[in-house]
Amino acid sequence: MIPSAFTFYKPDSIEKAVSIMKDFGDEARVIAGGHSLIPVMKQRLTDIKHLIDLSAIEELKGINISGKSITIGAMTTQVELITNENLFKTAPVIREASLQIADPQVRNLGTIGGNVANGDPANDMPGLMQLLDATYKLSGTNGLREVKAREFYDGAYFTAREDDEILISISFDAPIGGYAYEKQKRKIGDYATAAAGVILNVDNGVCSSASIALTNLSDTPVYCDEAVSMLTGKNIDDNLLSQATKSCVEQSDPVADQRGPVEFKKYVAGIVINKALKRAFERS
Amino acid sequence: MEKINVSMKVNGKDENLHVEPRTLLVHALREHLEYTGAHIGCSSSHCGACTVDLNGKSVKSCTIFAPQAEGAEILTVEGIGTPDKLHVIQEMFKEHHGLQCGYCTPGMIMRSYRFLQENPNPTEEEVRFGISGNLCRCTGYQNIVKSIMAAAKKLNEEANVEKKEIA
Repeated sequence: MIPSAFTFYKPDSIEKAVSIMKDFGDEARVIAGGHSLIPVMKQRLTDIKHLIDLSAIEELKGINISGKSITIGAMTTQVELITNENLFKTAPVIREASLQIADPQVRNLGTIGGNVANGDPANDMPGLMQLLDATYKLSGTNGLREVKAREFYDGAYFTAREDDEILISISFDAPIGGYAYEKQKRKIGDYATAAAGVILNVDNGVCSSASIALTNLSDTPVYCDEAVSMLTGKNIDDNLLSQATKSCVEQSDPVADQRGPVEFKKYVAGIVINKALKRAFERS
Repeated sequence: MEKINVSMKVNGKDENLHVEPRTLLVHALREHLEYTGAHIGCSSSHCGACTVDLNGKSVKSCTIFAPQAEGAEILTVEGIGTPDKLHVIQEMFKEHHGLQCGYCTPGMIMRSYRFLQENPNPTEEEVRFGISGNLCRCTGYQNIVKSIMAAAKKLNEEANVEKKEIA
């Protein structure tokens, strides 16, 4: 499979990349790890005339941890997220989730920026970033702006990013409490049939704060605000976790595909959400 | 479409290519440089038959455009052993019947080559997770895992002998 022809650019600064995007509008696309983009180019599901490789832009790389505040450059690969010990100490849920993405070769090239900016509801990072209440920094013709991960996704492949904008970094505060990212998939390398991320902060049995987000259970990630308010301020027990699970499943809106009909997906969702809640509670 | 110049080091040799930007690395290796070790299986980054080493990392060469590999150091199966002098991993695949039809083998070998540097003392489970991006349609995984475990043992023995010799 060979994609249609394009012109290749490898700018060394964000400004140069943005200016190419401005010149060519929706005929131009940036490429990060390429493991979502190249397959659709090869299938000719998208026709890109100008491809902008971001790999030479140093500002887009690296993980910066300063106290509680974590900033990850868009071009940071999944394997860098997994192997960074300081990131593991401050936000261990990232390693747990990243190890469940694709396979070793793909994780060597796949980036966090590509994963969150693509807007594919099957990607794990968008849900994970909603779980962490992350903020995305975008750079475009009109300068810099920030968008919350929980407000970034409008629909499958539709996001708040404008055509001339590049997602440059992702920031969030180190999460407090127990965590879990649970994913059910048919095989390694497959997208989730259902996946759930949970963070639970529990003091003396009482939940002081919580966060729950779901992957591939709607056309965007699902942030489960109803279950979060159900848990916050309450004594945590199995019964409450079951009620929260039920509320999350109700907020999900999966579609039938090769991974199964809606009823099956909701059943699997219930299992992964409950497992994630329980594991996060055990770790809290 | 206009061709561009791409240079890379493949199996220790500097190479200059004049290719269309849409040329995939696997095609550049196979058709332009005649390193046909990297195979095209699924061409959709699932099967891993096209796995090569790029700057010390295993990658699927069907999902990289040649110009993305500008300046990179690439190692293919041709670069780790020769028919007269097989690499330990190749020897162990031969000894433990780690191949049936052989189509996935270059990818399996190249992934094992890098994996055993990332984790020189793997458990069987770690081997299976380490090669989870490589599929064998003959389903010959038992012997592939056996071969990699045997290669790990042999490579470690060789490393220990070298250490003693230096000491």
